[in-house]
Amino acid sequence: MTAPPVRDHSRQRRWVGQSIRRVEDPKFLLGRGGYIADRITPGTLHAAVLRSPHPHASIVRIETAAAQAAPGVRAVITGKQAAELCDPMPDFGPDPARHTWRCLAADKVRYVGEGVAVVVADSRYLAEDALELIEVDYEPLPAVTDPERALDDGAPLVHEALESNCAYERTFDFGDVERDFAEADVVITDRLRWHRSGGQPLETVGAIAEYDPGSGSFTVDTNTLSFTSYLFMAANTLKVPANRLDIRPVPAGGSFGSKLFANKPAVIAAMCARATGRRVAYLEDRVDNIANCDHHGSDRVYAVELAMMRDGTMRGLKIDVIDDYGAYIQFGVGHHGNALAQVVGPYTIGSVRYRVRAALTNKNQQGAYRGFGSEVNNWMLEQMVDKAARELGLDPVAIRRKNFIHQFPHFIPTGNVYDSGNYDAVLDKALELADYGHWRAEQRRLLQENRYIGIGVISAQERSVFSATEFWFWFDEPGAPVTSTPESVTLKVDATGGITAILYSCAFWGNSPETMVSQFVAEEFDCSPYDVSVVYHGSRDGLPATGPGGSRTTVMLAGAVEGAAGKIKDKARRAAAHLLEIDQGDLEWADGGFRVRGDPERRKSLGEIAVMLHLFKHSFPEDIESGLDGSKVFDHPYTTMPSADRKDLGVFYPFMGHACHVPVVEVDIETGAVTFLHYAAVHDCGTLVNPRSLAGHIVGGTAQGIGTALYEEYVYDSDGQLLSSSYLDYLIPSAMEVPELVIGHVETPSPYTPHGVKGGGEGGRMMAPAAINAAVNDALAPLGVRLTELPMTPERILSALRAAGATG
Amino acid sequence: MNDTTTIGLTVNGQPCVAEVEPRRLLVDFLREDLGLPGTHIGCEHGVCGTCTVLLNGASIRSCITLAVQADGAEISTVEGLARDGEMHPLQDEFADRQGLQCGYCTPGMLMRACEILAENPDPTPAEVRSAIASNLCRCTGYQFIIEAVIGAAARMQAGGSVMKKAMS
Repeated sequence: MTAPPVRDHSRQRRWVGQSIRRVEDPKFLLGRGGYIADRITPGTLHAAVLRSPHPHASIVRIETAAAQAAPGVRAVITGKQAAELCDPMPDFGPDPARHTWRCLAADKVRYVGEGVAVVVADSRYLAEDALELIEVDYEPLPAVTDPERALDDGAPLVHEALESNCAYERTFDFGDVERDFAEADVVITDRLRWHRSGGQPLETVGAIAEYDPGSGSFTVDTNTLSFTSYLFMAANTLKVPANRLDIRPVPAGGSFGSKLFANKPAVIAAMCARATGRRVAYLEDRVDNIANCDHHGSDRVYAVELAMMRDGTMRGLKIDVIDDYGAYIQFGVGHHGNALAQVVGPYTIGSVRYRVRAALTNKNQQGAYRGFGSEVNNWMLEQMVDKAARELGLDPVAIRRKNFIHQFPHFIPTGNVYDSGNYDAVLDKALELADYGHWRAEQRRLLQENRYIGIGVISAQERSVFSATEFWFWFDEPGAPVTSTPESVTLKVDATGGITAILYSCAFWGNSPETMVSQFVAEEFDCSPYDVSVVYHGSRDGLPATGPGGSRTTVMLAGAVEGAAGKIKDKARRAAAHLLEIDQGDLEWADGGFRVRGDPERRKSLGEIAVMLHLFKHSFPEDIESGLDGSKVFDHPYTTMPSADRKDLGVFYPFMGHACHVPVVEVDIETGAVTFLHYAAVHDCGTLVNPRSLAGHIVGGTAQGIGTALYEEYVYDSDGQLLSSSYLDYLIPSAMEVPELVIGHVETPSPYTPHGVKGGGEGGRMMAPAAINAAVNDALAPLGVRLTELPMTPERILSALRAAGATG
Repeated sequence: MNDTTTIGLTVNGQPCVAEVEPRRLLVDFLREDLGLPGTHIGCEHGVCGTCTVLLNGASIRSCITLAVQADGAEISTVEGLARDGEMHPLQDEFADRQGLQCGYCTPGMLMRACEILAENPDPTPAEVRSAIASNLCRCTGYQFIIEAVIGAAARMQAGGSVMKKAMS
């Protein structure tokens, strides 16, 4: 496949681009959201999981008799028994047989919080009572929590079968790295450390399962449906054919990636439902969601070199990254595929060497968190650009502008394409909204009063709409080089002309798939978006779908709606032509129906056509079937295959958003506290669908980025104990930590997507950590201090100041 | 654990009498025993405020309050806000300003906002920001929530002269 045709986007849009009220909201505002916990019916049993207190230990013995005899207990299942009932969990990681992941630990535990047994009882209270009666004898083993130490010879092995804690290692070269570094005037080097945090939605992951012994099939309601096309893997885990497992999505109280392909609760609930013959709910509690959730975020150590010319030209980049994946590695190093999609940022850097080592340690495993690893790359690159500016005596705005890409489509050294962009326009608007000149003057003035004000300016990418290749181009001989990441929509027009849209994944996560689809349908059919009905289909007999992730939902749903609407309009046009006794070619779509070109009074509305097609079969030629509906399986619109030598990874993340964040902070050098004085953010996600919704995502994502930059960390001590297992220690920003943002939009349409839309759901968090780090470093520059480790807690800031002799 | 206590309370204006275990949490009593699932469970430690309800007009964390502690009290939950098929101005403003994304913290945030506006009917944005810092929202970054509360305050100040928009 080569580039898709360039589209000519209509300038006349009635609904796309309007900040309409979201169609999802009334039920949530009325307290009738229908979340997973709201669907527990009388008689439903409750499961609770016994978590390991040890980071690394052999399970010598589990005694469950007392728990089984406790009031209201219907079943107790140990990890060993679970291994008989279920096969290992779905795992996209390298060579899963050598680091096998199960829904409960069978022989040894590998992190604090890993499940060792599950109790099913009449209520959650009784299930938790019984957990306390289970006796487990552990034989503690030495733990490893530092990813660099984990790769040392002689480190305790997390998985003996792997014979190492390095689950994956590879070095890629793109472009002429050696030449660029040989010709460079200066090489800027740094070591950077990004600690782990996570999505932490206020609703945990949960599932309610039933098993029908008559048909041998499961029905599982859950708040995590995604990768629908790959759910046969979950059926494999449960040892049933894929057509005996129906996973049905319910609204999720937030995800931020942490509910992407989170099948463990569904598997545990289903296993317990089959074991008890009853409907079973397993809802993680907060500690489960922090300590045993499979979706911690990135945890990286970088050694980076940036080859520069004295005039500020960036030439080449060498990245050596160790990523701490925790005890298992369900997505392989796809997070680094993400990074490679935009590894050079918005800059004309000509070559990249990328070495990644995936370390296994005694921590909860990594999964997805808003950005999926590319937010870390943004932070790393912008840190290097700022360091280069400082060492070369260049202005941080000027060095960025000098290296911006201007010609599109632009292929970066890895092979991925940037479809469109206007980086100068975004930067200009951000500096204007930031009142940049004013704050530079204030910074100079306040420094005279020994107040440390910093202004961060970062310009970075937000890739959108991933294709499957990023998960396997790491391997020369990949086991499953899949290429499908489709999204499907069915539209049905009923006899009254009412339209129902059916979605096949895209669980509501707080994004707004129903609003997006309603706006696209309204655009196609000239109806009100509030008249569109949206339903979510289960996985079993649905159409291929992939679900949210990689900021793909809006673009993919736009394509699917466009395709399904086209099929409906084709049939409706033929029907209208027959009813009006005119040639199809003489009809045009206008105002919600077909009319005769040049004779607009002769027309048939969609409702008039629909009632005829539904109820009056004999009014049409014999080959026209009754009914009016259309389905579209919309495949990834622009993927190309990697080259065999992997010098070119092909196109895998083509719709490239961009943003510039300019926070102004003050750092209190006595306390290490960081406060915001101003914050401007300008994003370009192509054509806007609902500007207010996007602005909400930008503010919310930035709030999470503030957490990443300053507060949030899953802290494991050197013994492997998790020190931040509740919100008393894991600090989520409140309204007092998040400033009011001044938001601007630039719209550079994608040439390749319907309406020119690009994804935009992750941008806030993909920019804010880099921007806030830049601002803090700018504030402390007069003291010769640079922070290179996130989160920048007061302790780390004070420690850096002390190291530089800069505190009183 | 089968010993129960009789409690009598008023929930959203409706009197009720119930037998509860002494250890039963108020949030579970509301959600499961009374069938009012609008009050959600977030952190289960009393930190995030997702489970906020009003007890005699004051906000409390129902995840760390026992049902027996509500004996004799008037409890207000999100289910009591809309009247006669019309949203409360706070609900309507949250919809209008997109003061919610996933909606999970929203009931607690709405109840806290009711309390804020009862105490201070005409707050500044800074006062609202400070006051809602009691409740975490993971989606919105708070900005549009603050706008919604300010918008609702203006409409509630204007009183009955402002028409509430119909639901949907």
